[in-house]
Amino acid sequence: MYVAVKGGERAIDAAHAWLAEERRGDTTIAELSVAQIRSQLALAVNRVMAEGSLHDPDLAALAIKQSRGDLIEAIFLIRAYRTTLPRLGASHPVETANMAVTRRISATFKDLPGGQILGPTFDYTHRLLDFKLAAEGEVPSAPTAPAIMEPVPHVTGMLGRDGLIQSEPAGNDTPSDLTREPMELPASRALRLQAITRGDEGFILSMAYSTQRGYGRTHAFVGELRIGTVAVEMDIPELGFAVEIGEIELTECETVNQFKGSKTEPPQFTRGYGLVFGQTERKAIAMSLVDRALRWKELGEDYSGAPAQDEEFVLMHSDNIQATGFLEHIKLPHYVDFQAELEMVRKLRAEALASKRAAE
Amino acid sequence: MDTNAFTTVTTADPLMSVRGLSKFYGTRIGCDAVSFDLFPGEVLGIVGESGSGKSTLLSCLAGHLAPDTGEVIFATAAGPRDTVKMAEAERRRLARTDWAFVHQNPRDGLRMGISAGGNVGERLMAVGARHYGDIRAQAIDWLGRVEISADRIDDRPSGFSGGMQQRLQIARNLVTGPRLVFMDEPTGGLDVSVQARLLDLLRGLVREMGLSAIIVTHDLAVVRLLADRLMVMKGGYVVEHGLTDQVLDDPQHAYTQLLVSSVLQV
Amino acid sequence: MTEQAYNFAYLDEQTKTMIRRAILKGVAIPGYQVPFASREMPMPYGWGTGGVQVTAACLVPEDTLKVIDQGADDTTNAVSIRRFFQRTAGVAVTEATTEATVIQTRHRIPETALAEGQILVYQVPIPEPLRFLEPRETETRKMHELEDYGLMHVKLYEDIARHGQIATSYDYPVKVEGRYVMDPSPIPKFDNPKLAGNAAIQLFGAGREQRIYALPPYTEAISLDFDDYPFVASKADHACDLCGAAASYLDEVITDDQGSRMFVCSDTDFCGSRRAAGHVGRLGTPLAGGK
Repeated sequence: MYVAVKGGERAIDAAHAWLAEERRGDTTIAELSVAQIRSQLALAVNRVMAEGSLHDPDLAALAIKQSRGDLIEAIFLIRAYRTTLPRLGASHPVETANMAVTRRISATFKDLPGGQILGPTFDYTHRLLDFKLAAEGEVPSAPTAPAIMEPVPHVTGMLGRDGLIQSEPAGNDTPSDLTREPMELPASRALRLQAITRGDEGFILSMAYSTQRGYGRTHAFVGELRIGTVAVEMDIPELGFAVEIGEIELTECETVNQFKGSKTEPPQFTRGYGLVFGQTERKAIAMSLVDRALRWKELGEDYSGAPAQDEEFVLMHSDNIQATGFLEHIKLPHYVDFQAELEMVRKLRAEALASKRAAE
Repeated sequence: MDTNAFTTVTTADPLMSVRGLSKFYGTRIGCDAVSFDLFPGEVLGIVGESGSGKSTLLSCLAGHLAPDTGEVIFATAAGPRDTVKMAEAERRRLARTDWAFVHQNPRDGLRMGISAGGNVGERLMAVGARHYGDIRAQAIDWLGRVEISADRIDDRPSGFSGGMQQRLQIARNLVTGPRLVFMDEPTGGLDVSVQARLLDLLRGLVREMGLSAIIVTHDLAVVRLLADRLMVMKGGYVVEHGLTDQVLDDPQHAYTQLLVSSVLQV
Repeated sequence: MTEQAYNFAYLDEQTKTMIRRAILKGVAIPGYQVPFASREMPMPYGWGTGGVQVTAACLVPEDTLKVIDQGADDTTNAVSIRRFFQRTAGVAVTEATTEATVIQTRHRIPETALAEGQILVYQVPIPEPLRFLEPRETETRKMHELEDYGLMHVKLYEDIARHGQIATSYDYPVKVEGRYVMDPSPIPKFDNPKLAGNAAIQLFGAGREQRIYALPPYTEAISLDFDDYPFVASKADHACDLCGAAASYLDEVITDDQGSRMFVCSDTDFCGSRRAAGHVGRLGTPLAGGK
């Protein structure tokens, strides 16, 4: 005898308990601490902060632990938490020219004021599995040099002095905030950059890669990539002046792109821009390529129909929290819709078979 | 045949008046200082070689391109209006009611994933037709008028020949009896024998429906057959303008003479 | 067991104000999709985040909430959302349609007629009825602005040309008060007639797509059709095997691997109430103590 399915609540509770047990794993192995994740899986923490749009390494590390290392799930936890935070105010724009750099490279000049600083990069490592790490050996400390105190000017600023690169209009307008207002299309560049910096790293990477393979080619060079910490300042109304409230690590990338000129502009270089929380080099470079590809209209270039040039396509599909939710919702029950389709197909089949029989 | 849409406009007033229309691409001229009147029931041909500005002009007239200066006054049901200054919403409303646009490439003017009947019916449904049987009957009627067999009504145009696709595009555009039809090289890209048949068909429809039309072409045979008046363009300017027979039989401008003579040599 | 760390019904008051403005605008322009700054919620996009935000913005402590998915109160998603509001708002919950002041639903309209003062909140995955005809948002907004709905009928025309009838069985578009074409969310077309002239306020929330729209009480909502192919609200041609109801929407349940099946009301509250009142279907048994 059929009884309508009950017990959804009990099943959910049991599933959650099982999940918690699986998360912990084998209890004979020491539990991973949030501090360990924060310090030893720092690049995962950075990605979660960047795409979660919340700079808090401890919370990001906690989210990674809670999500069993599923970074999109961790980003989701951070985003949902972010919703509940009251907005106390807005900081001043950070000044990346004053960044305390740990890494700074330019592909367009061999040497330049401030120097090339490789920093902690994978770039020149041989990708050989290091079995010493499996033995949990201690690492000898790296050699140090005195910090360079001289300023590290932007490469594009040097090109700009000679008028060789297009200048960006300065303005004091407060850009609209993607997380507070609905996205409106066509979007301003500020809004596009907000969407891309929190967009899925894999999606932005693929879009950028597609431009390199000819789908909306922009001839990009990395004019400069810099990673380091910047001070965050905020006006405190009670004090009447701005104070430094902390510092954050950022990755900034500016590309220098060929440009043949347009009806209003003589030939000069143009730029793409990427700025991402933490040490997130791949994302920042990809972001700057996608930014540049999306600027075809303002620069008077042709629309070649490439996906990376298509603002609506890029902006509406870059968010992995939106994407993963909608993708996975198809596993929710749909039996009401399916029943309606079932009846429709039965009816159509019955009619088709009847008319076939009548014809025979 | 549809009720005559011209009853609200006296024949003394132009259907479309163009004044000082210019469009530049940077420093390059698209078209410059174009002015003319088009009267109801009249077919205007615009000829010239590629790069003469005729397609730019047509795009500006039909609202696909925004001109830099000038006016395009159209006699709407509510009186003359400058379509350049109209909000896009209004211009689009015109485009699906009073205007029609026949593209050179039928793929640009048809919905390739929709049946022939759906393609013809779309404009009817856009203006409120809600009876499936009537829509279908009108679609069959129009397929017949453009010499497409009624049993192709549920086929998609992707399986049609180029000539058939172009005839379907014409049916789709004319089914609601538009007051002005823009045509961009309607016979371009077709075989010569197919061209002749299409021209014949177009001439019949233009006469029968009393259509007002602006036809852009590089083919003088097309305008000879269809156009009452002719504008010859070169380098973005109108170099000669007059009755078709007059311009073709007694060309005044050196460029027109060249155009006409090169045709005669063929 | 209200969670003290969060504001009443999870969202902060500023966000609720923003959502309420969008709701009011939606009620003022029936069928029009109002953009709103959807927030990330602690459940995934596509799982009712729009409905949850609308419900959160509507709830007051005195409310009694009912949550259904596929017509049932005990499906996993319904359970999850109901618990969320028990936890964050501490409101009373019910399974009885008549007792609820706010009902959040996915894919169904309750069988029991709603009354004035009730709010029905729909979870909407894709709010744009034109989306699968035209993928671009910039373009579809223009089409709504111009009432450029010819394409919508082209789709229905193609259905009839191919299948002899309109083959859309759920998510069936309606025209609201002669103006906006609206997506009723993926309810079966059987439910479409209940959209129109309903005494309750009907609110539609699409979180991922950042849209809210509404049908105020007693609003006209006409299912698109042709004069000679009128809309028909259809369902499985059976009565409920448990309660015997002849005019309720049915789920088909496969009972063995020999092709046996039974049909039961998708609205669990409706079915249960009927059985409690003594109605018995083909395979049903009288409820013990069902007096």
